[in-house]
This record gives sequence, C-alpha cells and structure tokens, in this order.
Amino acid sequence: MLHYIGRRLLQLIPVLLGMTFIVFMIIRAIPGDPAQVILGQQASEEAIKALRTNLGLDNPWYIQYFDYLKGLVTGDLGESLRTRTPVVDEVWPYLAATIELSLFAIIIAVIIGINAGIISAWFQNSWFDYLAMIIALIGVSMPIFWLGLMNQWIFSIELGILPTTGRENVRDPVDVITGFYVIDTLIAGDFNQLSTVLKHLVLPGTALATIPMAIIARMTRSSMLEVMRSDYVRTARSKGLSMFWVVYKHALKNAIIPVLTIIGLQMGLLLGGAILTETIFGWPGIGRYIYEAIGFRDYPVIQSGILIVAFIFVMINLFVDLLYGLVDPRIKYD
Amino acid sequence: MGKKKFLSWAFLLLLLVSTALYGCSSDNGSEGGEGEGGSEGGSTEEKTLIFGRGGDSVSLDPITVTDGESFKVTKNVFDTLVNFGEQDTEIEPALASEWTPSEDGLTYTFTLEEGVKFHDGTDFNAEAVVKNFERWAAGDGEKFPYYGSMFGGYGDEEGNVIESVEATGDYEVVFTLKRPQAPFLKNLAMSPFGIASPTAFEEAGDAFGDNPVGTGPFKFVEWKRNDTITIEKFDDYWVDGEPKLDQVVFRAIPDNSARLNALLSGEIDLADGITPSDGATIEGDENLQLFERPSMNVGYLGMTVTREPFDDPKVRQAVNHAIDKQAIVDAFFEGRAEVAKNPIPPVISGYNDSIEGYDYNPERAKELLAEAGLADGFEMELYAMPVPRPYMPDGQKVAEAIQKNLADVGVTAEIVSFEWATYLEKAANGEADAFLLGWTGDNGDADNFLYALLDQDNVGTNNYTYYESQELHDVLIQAQSEVDEDVRNDLYMQAQEIIHEDAPWVPLAHSTPLLAGGKNVINFKAHPTGSDKLASVDLE
Repeated sequence: MLHYIGRRLLQLIPVLLGMTFIVFMIIRAIPGDPAQVILGQQASEEAIKALRTNLGLDNPWYIQYFDYLKGLVTGDLGESLRTRTPVVDEVWPYLAATIELSLFAIIIAVIIGINAGIISAWFQNSWFDYLAMIIALIGVSMPIFWLGLMNQWIFSIELGILPTTGRENVRDPVDVITGFYVIDTLIAGDFNQLSTVLKHLVLPGTALATIPMAIIARMTRSSMLEVMRSDYVRTARSKGLSMFWVVYKHALKNAIIPVLTIIGLQMGLLLGGAILTETIFGWPGIGRYIYEAIGFRDYPVIQSGILIVAFIFVMINLFVDLLYGLVDPRIKYD
Repeated sequence: MGKKKFLSWAFLLLLLVSTALYGCSSDNGSEGGEGEGGSEGGSTEEKTLIFGRGGDSVSLDPITVTDGESFKVTKNVFDTLVNFGEQDTEIEPALASEWTPSEDGLTYTFTLEEGVKFHDGTDFNAEAVVKNFERWAAGDGEKFPYYGSMFGGYGDEEGNVIESVEATGDYEVVFTLKRPQAPFLKNLAMSPFGIASPTAFEEAGDAFGDNPVGTGPFKFVEWKRNDTITIEKFDDYWVDGEPKLDQVVFRAIPDNSARLNALLSGEIDLADGITPSDGATIEGDENLQLFERPSMNVGYLGMTVTREPFDDPKVRQAVNHAIDKQAIVDAFFEGRAEVAKNPIPPVISGYNDSIEGYDYNPERAKELLAEAGLADGFEMELYAMPVPRPYMPDGQKVAEAIQKNLADVGVTAEIVSFEWATYLEKAANGEADAFLLGWTGDNGDADNFLYALLDQDNVGTNNYTYYESQELHDVLIQAQSEVDEDVRNDLYMQAQEIIHEDAPWVPLAHSTPLLAGGKNVINFKAHPTGSDKLASVDLE
C-alpha cells in the first residue's frame, strides 16, 4: 500500500512538470503585455519597458521558465505581477473559499445523485426513473448562468429566504481563522453566524452541484442496472433478504467503483471549473482568482494557480484510487 | 416491502425533509435578517453602507495603482491637497485651505489646514506633504505610475515638472515648477495623490497598500480579497459633522445581473455599473433610486490612419457621415448618452460647441468615397470590444449597427473580436482597420483627452489610430503650459477643429454611467471621475 502511494506520488512529478511547461508556453503564446496591463492606458513607453525588464519579461522564455522552476523547488510560487504579493501568501483565502464551496456541492451531488440513481435502477422504467433521468438530462445541459440568476430571483428576491451573493453577512463579518467559514464560525461558537454562512452556501452550492449530481445519478443508475442483473443479487433475493438490503448493501458495493471515479473527477473539476458560479455568486474563490489573472496577464498567478488546482486534482484521484481498496477488498495495490 | 410502497415512503420522506429545510431557513431568515438587510442598516445604531461594485481593488496605496476600483476606496481613506467639486472637476480646497500661484505660474504656495491628524495619530503638516512628494518623486514608472504620467517624470529627470517641494512653515508648502503646467491643480486633486501618513509608509514599506493610513473620513479596517473591503468612521476627521456613516463595506460582485439582484434583495445599498437596459427597472421600483454619474467619457470608433484606405481623410470623413450615431445611442445606450461630435465631452472646459458634427448622410458618404476613388466600396475589419465599459455598454451590438451603416454605403465590414488584453495590444500595434474604444477622463482636463489620445507623442500607447499632425501637436504642447485659462481654451477649440477636419475618429457617444441605490441612501453624489467621496452620504 505505502509502496503504491510512494510510486503514485513519484509519478506526480513528471505530470506536474509537464503541466507547468504547457501552461507556461500557452500563456506566453497569447498576445498581451503584462507591463502594459499593469500600468494602464496612461503609461509611457519607457515605464512599460522598465517594468518589463524589472519583471524579467525581457529574458528568453527558457530562462524565465527555469527561473520559475527554481522558485518552485524552493517553495516559491512567484509573486503576483499585479498586487506585488507572493502567490503563496495570497492564495489560501481563495483556495479555502473554493474548497468549502466544492465540498458542499459535492456532498449534495453525492447524496442526491447516488440515491436518485439507485432508486431509478431499482424501479427501472417506473415514473420515478423517467422523471429522475429527465431531470438529470436537464441538469447536465443546464446553463449555470441562467440557473444561478433564476435561483437568486426566486429564493432571494421573491421569497427572501436566501442571500444572493457572497460568503457571509458583511454587516456581521466572520473572523477568519482557517479560511473555511463553516469551521471558523464553529470555532467561534457563533451559531447565528454559522447559519448565515450555511445559507450563503446553498445557492452557489446547488448551482455548482447540478451538473455533477446529474452525472453521478446517471452513472449510478447504469452501473446498478448491470449489477442488479447479476447472479449473486438474484441469490440474495431468493435467500429472502429484503430488497432494500440487497440494493443498498450487496449491489451498491459492486456498483459504486465507477461512480467513485466519477465523483473524484467531478470534485477535481469543481475546484478549477467553478469560475462561472464564483462570478455569479460573487464567491471569492480560486477560479475567479486565476480567471482574473488571465485578463491581467498575471503570469505567476496563472501558472501557480493552475499548478495548485492540478495538484489537488491529482491528489483527489489518488485518494479515490485508494478508496477502491476500502470498498472492494479484492483490489490490491502492488 | 413492495416497490410501490417503498416509492411512496421515499417520496413522503423527501417531502418531510424539504419542508423541514424550508421551515428552518425561513426561521433563520427572520432572526439573522439578511434578506431585509437594507432596512436593517437604518434601524440599528450602526450605519453601515454596502457598496456593490464590479471588481476588487488592486492596492490601497493609491499612488501605486491606476485602476478605478482602487481609487473608489482610497478616495475615502485619503485626502488630497485640493479637491474636485462635488460633481464636477472645478478645484476646491481640501487639505490646503488656500493657494496662490505666482504670476508666471512657476510657484504655488499652499496654506494647509491646521489640526488635521492621520488615522495613526501622526500630525498632518507641511513636513508630511513634503515627505509624500519626496517618496513619489524617488519612484519610477513601475512603482508610482501616475506621478510620472501627470507630472512628466521622476526625480531629477528633465520631464519632471516639479522642481522642488519645500516646507516654508509648519503649515505652508511651496511648489516650484520647471515650467508652467496648466492642469497642475487638477492633477493634485486626483486620487493617486492622496496624502499618506509618513510614519505609516516609512514603517510599512511595500506593505503600505495592505494597511493604508491617511487623513480621510474613513479609516481602513479589513480587506478580504476579491470579496470585501471595510472602512470605518474616523472620529477625529477634520471636517465637522463628517462622515455621517459609521462604516462602509465595498463588495465585489462581478456579474451585473447578480449585483442588481443583491440590490433588489437588500443585501447591498448601492450598486455601481448598472447597465442602461436595467435603468428602467430601477426607476420603476419604488424602493430604489437611480443615480447618474455626470459624463466625463467618450466612446469612439478609431480608424488606423496608417492602413489603407484609412490613410485618406476623405474615407474617414465618409465613415463619419455613414454612421447613424443617434440610432446607436437610442438603441444601445437606451438614450442614456449624448451623441458625440468632439473627442472631449461637453463638461470639460475648452469644449468646442461651434463645430458641426458630421451628420448621418449616406449619400454624402458615398460621394466622399467616390472622390477617394472608392465608388465601389472596400472591405475592412471592424474590431468589436469584448467587454462592456460605461462608454461602450455592448461593443458587439454597436459594431453590428456600424456594420449595417457601412454596408449601406458599399463598405463591407467584417466584425472581429478578441479577449480584452489581446484586443488592446492588437489595436496598439496598429493591426486593426477600425476599432471601438473609449476613454474616461482622469482629471477633467482637455489635455487628458486630446493630448493623451490623439497627439503624435502617444502613438503606440493611447493614440491607437497612429494619427500624427504637427499642427495639432504644436497647439497641444502650447496649451499644456499656457496659464491664461481663456487663451488655453481657445487653443483647445482650435485643436478640436483640426481633429474634426482630419477625422481619425468617429466620436460616438458620451455616456452617463448609472448607479442605483436603496431609497434610504441620502446625499450620494456620483462623481464624474468614478471615485465618489462618501463623507456626506447618510442612511435613513
């Protein structure tokens, strides 16, 4: 097991290295000059030249790339060209905001998605099955932009029960300790604030959960259908076990492996792909941080931001791979 | 358990859970009361104004940045020596209660307010002013960009118009200039030149932008990046009775519709960047009010004069005649803009109202094209702005309208668009045949439009059209150091005539940017520069 983890971690190095290289080349291939963007339209030619030299943008690309790698080895993710703050120092609040939101979303997606999938498979071709799969189909193809704004309209403006945007009631701000507001309010023991923070999670969380929920439901359904037809399920049934136990204990165990893979992938996607949700709901997460950095050609932020997200993505997948063994003892890591 | 039975149970459970959830959330709604945030602000003792805007600030050390979102905050944390008028760019006293320019316009003597304190308790005096200017002059274009672009250079450089800044008394400062600079006072009133506490910036160094200390009506409290910036009332503010509010929170909500939703639900009290099409919604809502920011901008279609056939002034004039500006203003600015005929908006002194703008006249356009030997028209690329700006709410649609107008006179325009930074770079490189762009003034001076956007010195930076005219250059340079206001205005009128004749642009519109707020917001006056002082704003 440890051997396996070690090998997987070693494999990470070429993956991440290759990724830094690709990102590095792509952002330099697109036109647009960071110095110009930073200094604004007023800037003089000389000021822009001076800034380019100062930022090291005059060096050939391979020197810039090796400088960047050198920094990475020593834990230096570079300094934002725009805010002049080291990425390491400013990235955590964004990352925490996104992780909190993604976890919330994936929990919703998993609970509802898996159950809807199971029930659909169990009662295949029933009205529930049709309804759930139609909703899932709509969910997969739902434009988040539209859904988000509609939910804001219904739940905030018309019903007045949920806030439209942001992470907290800014009139009663959360004292940041970990950056996860749910945990921070728990530490502070302020349950009023905790409920406000949770309410702020609901709209962006469900908007973000929609697509993974639909995908998980469809995946669970098809995987369950296959397992339900297998002999051991029939045996279990004929032994007189209740259908509920057969489905949730025996069948699910075998059907869950591909679903776990999907959950892992979706969780990774949520981390980096929440830009739209973060924009509509004014969520100060890492997707927006990187996205805005692209507009400003803030090279170090783009590079390191993507590197961090990719790293988490890979780690989640490793974690999922390890989960397989837990769910299905037949799977061995050698 | 039968299939049917299970399904019914599951359904019932689902119903129960959702009812419980709903009940729970509406309970909290009445306790935590965020949905009714707007009225809550007025009823409690603490008056907190929440200002929703499109983006976060870059830094709160105003001299280090160039973006409007930073100035929106620093305007309320720092004071400048002199200030702009409430809703115009006339110069008024601020930290300097009086000033006297010398006859030749080379020295300015400022008398400072006494008894003013910085938020950290440091005394504001002549010494503090000198230290601020010393700090800025010792910088460069990278550290303090606006100092160089407004005063011409740094330190001992010949371009730096400020020869020296001396404290001639505890509360008297004398500025000596190398040559007269007509917009000198207007420059001093700009947000980047807010006077900072010397104790604080000497101690903090580069980190000053995260912990700004000024003399302004509000002091800095907290910054949650990309989310909120909180400032609170400075009890020792030197202006009696100000500020009225206890706290102001600037919240970044990038999406325009979401920001409007937040305003409608009462989570924010003021919203910037209201699109013209939402203007009517707000006017129709009895809980809201609409604020108009006096226009100090121009949206235009630039033609790159180095590219054929736009090297021929006749072709550029023809394009001017071909475009129906009024229709564009009506359709895409919802009438909340004025049709432009000059590169500067009418509020700016020196505006030439006697110029007769090119009227919408396709026939005349065809004639001019024929005179230029292009009776059969030509093909061109038209750059459409990918981002909305106050001066161009929807670049794509404006481009489509122009495309249609051009087709009517036989010109085939292909609309292209790029991501914003790419767009600006391509336009700056002169790669566009014609492009949509605009400008919002920094200090309300004509120089800040005409010289910045159309002088030959600025080709490749802000003069995207590559238009060069020695005649115009001479006039603009002369105007820069002319201290007699009337003579100076005459020069700018002349300049506008030259530009009108050469027609490197089709000036399209001077738009009125919109903001909206709850009915309980009183005394909010939107400033044309885009940064609003909130000292006298109150909540009912």
